[in-house]
Amino acid sequence: MSQVTHASELTRRRMLQGAAVALTAAAGTVVLGVTGPAGGQATAAGPEASDEFDEVFKGRRIQGRPVQGGGHHHTAGYTVLVDGEELHMMRNADGTWISVVNHYQTFPTPRALARAAVQELQGATLVPLA
Amino acid sequence: MAFRKNQASLTAKEKRDFVNAVLALKRAGRYDAFVSTHNSFIISDTDNGERVGHRSPSFLPWHRRFLLQFEQALQSVDPNVTLPYWDWTADRTASASLWDAGFLGGNGRSSDGQVTTGPFAFAAGGWTLNVRPDSRSYLRRSLGSAVAALPTRAETESVLAIQAYDAAPWNSSSEGFRNNLEGWRGVNLHNRVHVWVGGHMTTGMSPNDPVFWLHHCFIDKLWAEWQRRHPGQGYLPAAGTANVVDLGETMKPWNDTTPADMLDHTRHYTYDTGF
Repeated sequence: MSQVTHASELTRRRMLQGAAVALTAAAGTVVLGVTGPAGGQATAAGPEASDEFDEVFKGRRIQGRPVQGGGHHHTAGYTVLVDGEELHMMRNADGTWISVVNHYQTFPTPRALARAAVQELQGATLVPLA
Repeated sequence: MAFRKNQASLTAKEKRDFVNAVLALKRAGRYDAFVSTHNSFIISDTDNGERVGHRSPSFLPWHRRFLLQFEQALQSVDPNVTLPYWDWTADRTASASLWDAGFLGGNGRSSDGQVTTGPFAFAAGGWTLNVRPDSRSYLRRSLGSAVAALPTRAETESVLAIQAYDAAPWNSSSEGFRNNLEGWRGVNLHNRVHVWVGGHMTTGMSPNDPVFWLHHCFIDKLWAEWQRRHPGQGYLPAAGTANVVDLGETMKPWNDTTPADMLDHTRHYTYDTGF
């Protein structure tokens, strides 16, 4: 069963049940890193989201890690830093990722998203998130 | 009544008037608000939370309203200017007249992506980016580098043939005309064009590149074309959908315009031809 299906089912459940929806899907399914209806709760799970990384790519330090709940930018349930500056990112319903510098194409993992941002930045520094 | 034309058929004077009106808005400090508004919606529109401008049914009426606001701003500078559209199924290469120095300027240079020709080149002095994702304040493009080809006419026809406007769960995973046009599913029309242009067009601050307006004007025209071909279909969802703008609900940030208000574009402007 694909993540696409899981995400769609989870979304439909939310639509039907309104705000009071448990993030736990039916037994045996994977809970995805999706944002709750209130916009604040983000549950990070799934194989990609648990994949922390800290590497130097083309001379830039990129770091990624899951975040719990929280910050107003953390709707993805995950955070990526480029040389310590946060990259705004978001998770799509099918489990793929986009960022503020690659907002119209999807990437399979946060690491791929971070590397694409480094390519796009060509040495420039991210403007801090407001 | 505004009359919107294909950019390829504009006279040299019409191109000049459009460019001058855009530069005048920038000079007056009125342009960057459009960039900020677009970005603030694109980063807050989420598949499982509130979504208004993107990845949702109101993608089309929201951008129609957004373009009308921009066109009205242009007309406050020059009443004869209207938005032109870029038919990327026809003008498919970096050598198209759209990218001439006398209109939008050309591709970015290979070293850093900086646009160095035309009125929006940094060195021309009238186009410094203030609302931007990173430290670079010059406009960037990278035509055709991240994706090889713009959508074809046949691909566009295949999307226009889709019957239903949209479908649950009303986000980037939906079936239906809107999401296939937006490009999260299927042959990918709208998103792919942003990626084909590259540079700032791939970012949430994409209106920094004036080609944004010509691209979205064509998307708007394709919506009108779909309506003409499917008179029995209409905007969905009708009512009672959490986090999504229903037919009769107002859209942020204006809070005075519903998708229903935006269905008939001929109240505001007409297009020169069908698709």
